[in-house]
Amino acid sequence: MANKKIKIRAWTDKGKATVKAILFHPMETGLRKNKATGKIIPAHFITEVKCEHNGKTVLTCLWGPGVSKNPFLSFRFKNAKAGDSLKISWKDNKGETATTTDKIG
Amino acid sequence: MINSRRTFLKASMATSMVAVAAGAGLLAPRDVLAAWPQKAFDAKKINTALEVLNGSSSTTNSNKITVEAPDIAENGAVVSVTVKTSIPNAESISVLVAENASPLCASYILTKQSDGFVTGRIKMRKTSDVVAVVKAGGKLLSAKKPVKVTLGGCGG
Repeated sequence: MANKKIKIRAWTDKGKATVKAILFHPMETGLRKNKATGKIIPAHFITEVKCEHNGKTVLTCLWGPGVSKNPFLSFRFKNAKAGDSLKISWKDNKGETATTTDKIG
Repeated sequence: MINSRRTFLKASMATSMVAVAAGAGLLAPRDVLAAWPQKAFDAKKINTALEVLNGSSSTTNSNKITVEAPDIAENGAVVSVTVKTSIPNAESISVLVAENASPLCASYILTKQSDGFVTGRIKMRKTSDVVAVVKAGGKLLSAKKPVKVTLGGCGG
């Protein structure tokens, strides 16, 4: 099953934070076929990613099946300092969720 | 008598409709789909997707948006796309690929704290333009970049 891990790396430079994250997820489009059985692999992808800085949402991502497997996400935001908390959580189309909280280094 | 019967019928109809929707997997999890624009992601054309997502499909080219993507993508399953914008108060950034089965790949909803910078990896079926649409102040601004795909990323 899905390996529900999120890797986060975040740092600040002059008040601006840069975040890089990898979300581990198969991101099946629902268009691929299993070559051995000929059956369609059901769609399974992340629909929503929420990024919170000190409890305040800074970025919401709405994703479709067109996002690559094990999605990589990088973004920047203002008014951040080292030691602030950063929470990234996702939900997928099957209702599975994962959350990881990290500190901005 | 009649009144209560009517209420009962209405109530039971409403419940059964919810049950059908839930059975088809449409409502699980409800709060996700309330925010997630299913129709925009189902759309087969860029214009339809934009209309559902932003209420309009007319976009203006802008030089304040930069789309960074490789000129030639060897593997269409992983195409790194960076969108930068210097437009103040940008509300959202959407990434679309014209030739994909469903053009809308991702939509990023920004906040006041955001810095107009988003990177993601998307799948591309074949050679196509990657279009970034930024919504700011009720207007849609766009920029695009052609990417040549040598190996498609959507098939099996």
